[in-house]
Formats: sequence, structure tokens, C-alpha cells
Amino acid sequence: MFPLAFVFVAGLWEAYKSVGPEAGGKVLGIRLLPRTADRAMPHVWDMTSRLGRPEVRGGTEAIWQVVAAATWYSFRVALVAFVIGALLGVGVAVLMARFKVVERAVMPYLIVSQTVPIIVLGPLIIGLMAYGSRDLVSKTWIAAIILGVFLAFFPVAVATLRGLQSTPPASLELMESLAAPWWRTLVKLRFPAAIPFIAPALRLAGAAAVVGVVVAEISLGVPGGVGRLILSYGQDASSDPPKLYTAVFGAAVLGLAMALLVVAIDRQLMRRHPPEAT
Amino acid sequence: MKFTARVRSSLAVILPPIVLGVVFIALWQAWVEIKDVQPFVIPKPSAIIDALREDPDLVVKASVVTGVNALVGLVLGSVIGFVAAVLTNRYRLIGDLVNPLAVTVAAVPAVVIVGVLNNMYALDSQIGRRLMVTIAVFFIVFVQVAKGLRHNNPTQMELMDSYAATPRQVLLRVRIPNTMPFLFTAIRTAAPIAVIIALVSEYFGGTQDGLGSKISGTLNGSNKALGFAYVVGGSIVGLLFFAGSSLLEYLVVPWQRRRVHG
Amino acid sequence: MEAVRVAGVSKVFNQGAVNQVDALVDIDLDVRKGEFVSLIGPSGCGKSTLLRLIADLIQPTTGEVTVNGKTAHQARLDQDYGMAFQQSGLFDWRTVERNIELPLELKGWDKPKRRARSAEMLTLVKLTEFSQHMPWQLSGGMQQRVAIARALAAHPELLLMDEPFGALDEMTREHMQAELLRICRETGTTVVFVTHSIPEAVYLADRVVVMSPRPGRITATVDVGLGRDRNELTREATEFYDRVTEVREALRGTHVGDVVAGLEDR
Repeated sequence: MFPLAFVFVAGLWEAYKSVGPEAGGKVLGIRLLPRTADRAMPHVWDMTSRLGRPEVRGGTEAIWQVVAAATWYSFRVALVAFVIGALLGVGVAVLMARFKVVERAVMPYLIVSQTVPIIVLGPLIIGLMAYGSRDLVSKTWIAAIILGVFLAFFPVAVATLRGLQSTPPASLELMESLAAPWWRTLVKLRFPAAIPFIAPALRLAGAAAVVGVVVAEISLGVPGGVGRLILSYGQDASSDPPKLYTAVFGAAVLGLAMALLVVAIDRQLMRRHPPEAT
Repeated sequence: MKFTARVRSSLAVILPPIVLGVVFIALWQAWVEIKDVQPFVIPKPSAIIDALREDPDLVVKASVVTGVNALVGLVLGSVIGFVAAVLTNRYRLIGDLVNPLAVTVAAVPAVVIVGVLNNMYALDSQIGRRLMVTIAVFFIVFVQVAKGLRHNNPTQMELMDSYAATPRQVLLRVRIPNTMPFLFTAIRTAAPIAVIIALVSEYFGGTQDGLGSKISGTLNGSNKALGFAYVVGGSIVGLLFFAGSSLLEYLVVPWQRRRVHG
Repeated sequence: MEAVRVAGVSKVFNQGAVNQVDALVDIDLDVRKGEFVSLIGPSGCGKSTLLRLIADLIQPTTGEVTVNGKTAHQARLDQDYGMAFQQSGLFDWRTVERNIELPLELKGWDKPKRRARSAEMLTLVKLTEFSQHMPWQLSGGMQQRVAIARALAAHPELLLMDEPFGALDEMTREHMQAELLRICRETGTTVVFVTHSIPEAVYLADRVVVMSPRPGRITATVDVGLGRDRNELTREATEFYDRVTEVREALRGTHVGDVVAGLEDR
């Protein structure tokens, strides 16, 4: 069904291009319809053929190779951010489950983090880093990791805590009757019981890490990353419109790759659990 | 006796986060003062408060622009998502087309799609941003409502059968009301995301009067205190959306209360 | 004319396939107007299937089901019966009053008529003060009372019930049984009642129909004969115990190789 959906979208795109107004149009007085000029909406085949041509006139590398390399770079950065964020999230959740004081202190901020657009703090983190050390400034990818970690951390922490706290009381009483100390109960009971909560959150965290990394790359122009490509190709958008879309494809592939990875992790974690009742 | 016990337990709940927050802010303020950190790196909390107090209108106006974009997108996306899910129940083809798209859109970093949309729309329009929010909200609501429609209460279905009810009657009186919890939970989930997308969609040029553009503009520049003031504004908008949608869920779907807190 | 006539009915699921199930075989049952009949038997004996055949929720493979002189199908279209299940199936989003009005709405009654009827039903099940409550605010027993009120809202002559008290605790169950008897006496409704509980079957019914599984069939009928005025004392009467024993033995007699069991008991 996937290829069909894409063909459908491509079909819609081209269909609209042929009938839509060049300078954009109004529906019921609202400027609703996007511009259909080739500059704003390149033809689908233009976008795909652009992939084969070189990045700059006279260059040797086809652009898809540039985009692919950048996508791979960003993927690795996002992966690191995801792993660190997930580990931190689980760690903090365990602390919160163990020490009620920690839970009470941190919980409101966790909730707030879910409702507040923390992504805006990107430039701030970068600024802090610049302050921290001269040579860190050049290693802007660290800022991308930090932002990715920041975004991935929260959903994992919230979900892990919920999972750890929703262990069936009967099982907890069983462990108590077996005189099991808290950490043992954690490892043998609470944690495995929390997996169904953690797994979906890991999917969210993967996507969040990607978003964080890409946003950081865009705002900082991290060299080598796909975000930077979007930024610079976007600047060329008026002269070479399909170029931007090649970078967009790259980012889409990045997102899909991460999604596939986290789905695989999800399946692996949940292989011993009964299938969802839905 | 009971009064002091209640006070003590309330304090036990309220104090830790407040203490944590206050300590954090105090350390922040102290660190900036002691290390004489330049304001263009990171502002003092006191400077942020000053910026807020000096000209609250700035922050409010920008918040309204972004807030309205998010709200329009949230409402439109929910309505379209709901209708599409109901239609999908009848006509499988729609679902088969939309579901893979839903998966893809969920995977691709939203920021990127925003950039594309930005290109497609004229510079002075908010439409691109609202469209972006609508799309994001649409997929969340669509997936949840479609899931809800598949949950059928067998007793209620048998009951309607015994009434010789028409499929339309069953749809209107049983299946759609049964999906209300799913719809409003989806809206509650989508609300903060709507705000985030509305914000991020402003990073890519276009009119510069929303929170997102103000934040990126000021935080990248030198007046960081003002930038933080805008961040506070953005946080408040996010909280308002979350509170509003939670309240809506609480009011419209009261029978969920016992399940949510169970 | 009987209220319900089941003649030569059998029901086979998945006919011809590898998972074919002979749910019911050769069922003959007549229920008189105003009679209360209990269907009892172990799991898989087809009692719930039989009930659903009468309700026209499923159709027989062979044989005929007649309700009120019409086909079961026509009876369902004409809404000649009300039905109650083990789950109350109340709509969470409607008040108690509007839940009761559901079948009336579907029949197109206008609001004043509906309100009047639901008020009447609420009085009947003694829940008038709860008319504006939501289902999740009521206990299990109260929810079932609302379900019964709903089943009787259109004043059907026949009531079909599938273990409606199965999810309730014993005390509430006994109370509900008494209430149900009272309601049925007052309205003169014919009832076909499926249950797992022997005391319940005997306490409620004029006749207990005992069924056995594999394939589902009727093996015995016990006339209860305890009269129409039953109350708490009835449960302690010798006749009651005798009937319960009779039903229990009929049930035991339905298990394969039970000749020995009969000897065990003496």
C-alpha cells in the first residue's frame, strides 16, 4: 500500500499544479491555494531527476550522494542522541520510582515538558555551549546531540515512570512475601512489567531525537548534516527550486530510517508480551 | 489534629517541586552574577522578569499570533481527522491510502515539511503554518478515532440488533458516541503538538510576528532576556492548550474519569 | 396461541467446515403467555444460542421459531420482545432516563410520550430518584435494573434474558430475583431466562428446562409448582429444596457415564 500512497500524493501534486493558479489563489477570500509556478512547486520528475545531477554546476558528485552522506551523518547523530536520551530517561524514572521526594520534585516539570514547546530552547543550549568552551563552538554537532537528548529524554522518563508504577499490586505483594529487596524487585518485576509502556515511548523518543537534531542543524548550520543542506539549498530555492526538495527527501529518509529502527526495537522488546487487545 | 495532618501531607506534595524550581532559578541567578556571564550568552532570571514587566504587550501579541495559528490548525485537523476516520470505516480505500501516509508523516521531521510548505505559500500568509498544524493534528486524530471505531461493545451491538436498528442508527447512536473518548484523548495529545508546530513553522521565514520567529530572532541575537520572555510566553500558550483540552475532555467525556485515574 | 414456539429447531455453525459445531439439535419448546421459563445447563449446551434464535439474532439451520404467532424475524422487526444481557450494555453518555428511552427513540416516539414511559419504568424498578444519574454512578445491581427497565420500556409481551444477574454478588442477586418476579407479576410478561444457577432457575420459574451439550438438546423439564406468590421464605421451603434437587439430578443425569453417579447419591 505504501507505493500506492506515494503515487497518489505525486498524482495529487501534479494534478494541482496543472489546474492551480500560478500566483496562488483565494478560496472564500482566504489565500488558501499555494502557488503553482515551477519555482514554488517543481514538477515531480524535476525533483527526482535533480537527484542525479551534481550539487553545483560543474561539480563531480551527484547531488544524491551529497544528500545521502548528510543523511547518514545526521542519522548517527540522532542515534546517539536517542540512546543517551533513552538511558537518561529510564535512569531518572528509576530514581523517581525509588525516592518519592525525587518523584514529587521532578514530576511537575516532566508534565510541563510535555505541554511546553521546549524545542525553542535550541539556540539557548547552543549559546551555553559556546560559552562553555572555545573549541566546542566548532563542534556544533554536540549541540545537536544535546538538543536531541533533551527532546528524547522526557517521553521516555514519563512513560518509564508510569510503567514502573503500574505493576500489579498482587505481584508486588508476592515479591514482598519472598523478602525481595527493592532493587531486586525492580529488576525482576517492575522493569519487565514496564516494558509495554516503555516501548511506545521509545518510538516517540526516536522521532523526537531526529527532530531535535535536525532543528539544531538548521539553526546552527551544522556542517555535514542534512539540516545544513536544507538551510543552504533553501537559500538557492529561487534559482534552483528542485534542489531544496532533494534535501527534503533526505530528511524524510532520515525520519523513516529512525522510525524503522525504533519499530524493530519495539517488536524485539515486546516479543514475549501478549498481543495488544486492539 | 486532622488539620495539621492534612497541611503536612499537602506540603509534602507541593514543596519538593517548588523547592527544586526555586533552587534551580537561584543557582542560575547566582551563577550568572558570580561568573559575570555576559547577557548575550544567557540572561539572568531577573533580567527575564524585567523584560516581561517592561513590555508585556510584545509577548502577548506574539503569543496570540502563534496561539491562533495553533488553534485553527487544532480545530480543523480534529474535524477533518474525525470525518476521515468515520468515512474510512465505511470505505476501506481511504484508510489504505491514508495509513501509510500517516506513518510517513509521523516519521519525517515536521520541521522539514514545514519548510516545503513555506515555499509553496506567499510570504505574507499564515496559511502555510495553519495547514502544517492541521496536517499534524489530522494524523493524530485520524489514527485514534479509527482505532476507536474498531472497538465495538458486543453487548451494545446485540442490543441494537434486537431493536432491528438500521446501520445508520447504530453508527449515530452507538459507534460514534463510543469513539468520543478516543477523539478527545487524541485532541488532548495533539494540543501541545499543535503549539510546537505552530512555533517551529515560523522558523522558516514568512511574517515575523509570531512567537517562533521572535524567539529565534532574539535568541540568536543579543537580547536574550527578551528571547526568554518570549519562551515563557510560548510555555504559557502550551500550558493553556493542554489545560483547555484536558478540561474539554473532562467535561465532554466524564465517564473516562474513572478510567484515566484508575 | 403460545407466546413462543420452537419446533424441530437445530443450529449448526460452520456447516461443512472443519470446525463445524452442532450447537442445537431437535429442539421443541412451547412457552405459554405469562409463563416464566428458565433455561439451565452446563457450558456449551446451547442455552444462549437458543435464546438468540428466539430473538432472531441468529437464524435456525432447520425448524421454525414462532413468537406471538409470527416468525421470529417479524417479531423482532415489530419489537415484540425486550432483551437483557449479562452486561447491562447501558450507554455511558446517556442519563438513566435516556437509556431507558433508547428503544422508544428508535421506534420514533415523541419526547413527551417517551418521558412519561421512562418515568413509569423507573417507578417500576424503583429508581425514580436516579433518573438523571449517569450509568457509571450506579452499582452493578442498579445498572441491571435500568437494563430491565429499558427492556420493558416498550411494554413487550416477551422478555428474553441471558444471565442478567451473572456478574452480581449473591446477596444482590437474590434481591434482584425478587424484584424481577415482582415486576413480571405486575406486567404479566412472558419470560425466557437463561442461567447457570440452579437456585435462581427454580426460584424464578414456573418451569425449568434442563439442557445438555454436545450436541445441545433439551433433556428434561421440571415443573416448579411453587405458586405465584414467592418471597424470601420460599427459598427456605422444603418444596424449594426438592425442586432444586430435582433439577440438580436432571443436570447430573446429562453428563456421560452418570449411571454410577446416581448410585453414588443413594
